[in-house]
Amino acid sequence: MEKLIKDDVHPKIVQALLKDTDITIEDALENEMILNMGPQHPATHGVLRVLLRLDGETVIGCVPELGYLHRGYEKMAENMSYYEYIPHTDRLDYISPMANNVAWVLAVEKLAGIEVPPRAQYIRMMVAELARITSHLVAVGAFAMDVGALTVFLWTLREREKVLDIWDILCGARFTNSYTRIGGVANDAPPEALAKVKWFIDQFDDNLTECEKLLNTNRIFIERLEGIGVMSGELALDLGVTGPSLRASGIEFDLRRATPYLKYNEIDFNIPTYTEGDSLARYFVRVDEMRESAKIVRQILEKMPQGEVLANSPKKVLPHKTEIYTRMEELIHDFMIVNFGINPPVGEIYHAIEGSKGELGFYLVSKGEGHPWKCKIRSPSFNNLQALPHLVKGHMISDVVAIIGSIDPIMGEADK
Amino acid sequence: MEFKELIQQKLQSNFPEASLEFSEYKDEFSVKLDKKFIVPVCTLLKEDADLQFLLCEDITAVDWATRKNRFTVVYHIFSLKNKFRLKLKADVDEKDCNIDSVSSVWRAANWQERECYDMYGIIFNNHPDLRRMYMPEDFEYHPLRKDFPLLGIPGSLPLPKK
Amino acid sequence: MGLEAKLNQDGFLVTKLDAIIGWARKNSVWPMPMGISCCAIEMMAVGDPKYDIARFGSEVMRFTPRQCDLMIVAGTVTYKMSHVVKKIYDQMPDPKWVIAMGACTSTGGMYRSYSVVQGIDQFLPVDVYVAGCPPRPDNLLNALIMIQEKIGKTRARDFQDLKLPELNVIQSN
Repeated sequence: MEKLIKDDVHPKIVQALLKDTDITIEDALENEMILNMGPQHPATHGVLRVLLRLDGETVIGCVPELGYLHRGYEKMAENMSYYEYIPHTDRLDYISPMANNVAWVLAVEKLAGIEVPPRAQYIRMMVAELARITSHLVAVGAFAMDVGALTVFLWTLREREKVLDIWDILCGARFTNSYTRIGGVANDAPPEALAKVKWFIDQFDDNLTECEKLLNTNRIFIERLEGIGVMSGELALDLGVTGPSLRASGIEFDLRRATPYLKYNEIDFNIPTYTEGDSLARYFVRVDEMRESAKIVRQILEKMPQGEVLANSPKKVLPHKTEIYTRMEELIHDFMIVNFGINPPVGEIYHAIEGSKGELGFYLVSKGEGHPWKCKIRSPSFNNLQALPHLVKGHMISDVVAIIGSIDPIMGEADK
Repeated sequence: MEFKELIQQKLQSNFPEASLEFSEYKDEFSVKLDKKFIVPVCTLLKEDADLQFLLCEDITAVDWATRKNRFTVVYHIFSLKNKFRLKLKADVDEKDCNIDSVSSVWRAANWQERECYDMYGIIFNNHPDLRRMYMPEDFEYHPLRKDFPLLGIPGSLPLPKK
Repeated sequence: MGLEAKLNQDGFLVTKLDAIIGWARKNSVWPMPMGISCCAIEMMAVGDPKYDIARFGSEVMRFTPRQCDLMIVAGTVTYKMSHVVKKIYDQMPDPKWVIAMGACTSTGGMYRSYSVVQGIDQFLPVDVYVAGCPPRPDNLLNALIMIQEKIGKTRARDFQDLKLPELNVIQSN
């Protein structure tokens, strides 16, 4: 952080920062302080830039500036086939790539009208929940690190590595998975992967409790977060906040319940809700959600049926690699799908899942071609970040770090 | 009465001249309306006790390239009470490329409209802070328009000196 | 290093100045984690107990460029971000090295789009490119070892005629 000069900030941003006063930028730089935080700042979780207007140490104005990681996802989607886009969804919310894969293929399947076999649906549900666990582990760890508890970060990352090892067995990649396919998943979950999932779930509860003990009895942690960044339920909804941040404000809204997709209506789980709406409540919601996800995964392992993992719809679903090499018809279908795409009927759909940060939706418009005419990503981090200026107002600079950590934005999907 | 019919009835009785069109595709209910009525329609949808569309999920636009009304602004709104998602659409012509902002109805619309402005160049009237969301302020183009090439326009975004 | 045992009775060691400076320098590389996107998470994983970058003497990730000699650019660099990356690189004291971690940093990778710089070597001197999207943590450690080899070979005279870049000095009045 260094002192800003007038030329460093675009006049329009200055205008946004000073809009409710009649002082000029020179006055503001003279009497108040304008502090530039980011885009390279360890606590902004990526490349979020926040301009803070300070009176002493109290924040009186805040303007987030996005776009430092704008990679043009929506434009690229218009220029590639539905299959080609699966790897790109990995890199949206790069903490939980599996959940994004699931969201994308569900949207495309809805558009193209493909029925997915039950085993594939259960596998998808399993990976989405494990992805939620990995995401919240990083969120909690990084959050704790932001407010000064480094050990928790090392411990939660240790747990996360175990899930990444499961991904390794499941699909061969530990981080950016691209595991789902339109009409199913890339390959069936082998028994050793399922055994490892079971082992992970069995030991997870104790290890999570261990991590929790470091924080829940830590007075510094509690006092730095209690009553910081309070958001009422109405304000949260009005600002479009979804996910754990909304549920910490007392609104029980979870798309897994509100508009059930996959097989969530066959699973028994609770939606952790807190009413305080402060940073501490947002932390508690995440920890409780991890427990619920573990519970869901345990039920999935019990209920998972045997059978196919790819839909039988040769014009739209890529055949498995071994079949392409040995059978003529599959080879032709593969050629057609790769070269011309799956050509869903003309129409437009919106499909959203409950990602780890909130509602992750895809709005697709098809003109009957191999690539989407329009693809819009409704990313939870983008909308959750909108609450930041409202939350930090009146707090100290050090609380800004805690509040950003409690919102848990991922700039990959916020900037698209 | 089904919820869709309730929406249809309420909108039709309150806004008979908004040229409403109702349609349904794959269980998604959508309403097309004249862009002049977007703010009152949204206010009704949000504040009516039976409807309560409190969450504005997403605002975006579609560029149809060659069609007469080049853009369609699409709103996805959700009613938590009824667990129902509604799609609102309003056509915007390229020559008269503006629509009223709904950020007075939902504050969430603030950034969503800024993003839409950045990507398509649609002006949202009465928006409190209409700036670019992602691209640098001095960038001249609107990337998601169909006439903007995927690889960009050379020289439009400067690199630092080596 | 086993040196203490040999030097316990007021012993001394004869070496070249360059060699001892290079040895010390290469085993205490302080990275500047320029974490931008996905690769930053794998860079975090390098610091975790499983991969443990501390074994190579580089666990001191400093978030201020003034204390670092190695910049790990981890993630997609967009045109908007490129100015920031360059500014931070300029603030690092010489001698300094750069690792371009991941495909998008090295070449633009899968992002052939209007806003992504097609390789940071268009505005930064890069020493090691790491393949992968994102590279596995082992691969980043490999890159660190390669950088260490390179640093170990540096000589004082390499920096004799070094031209300092022109900095935009901020005048505060």
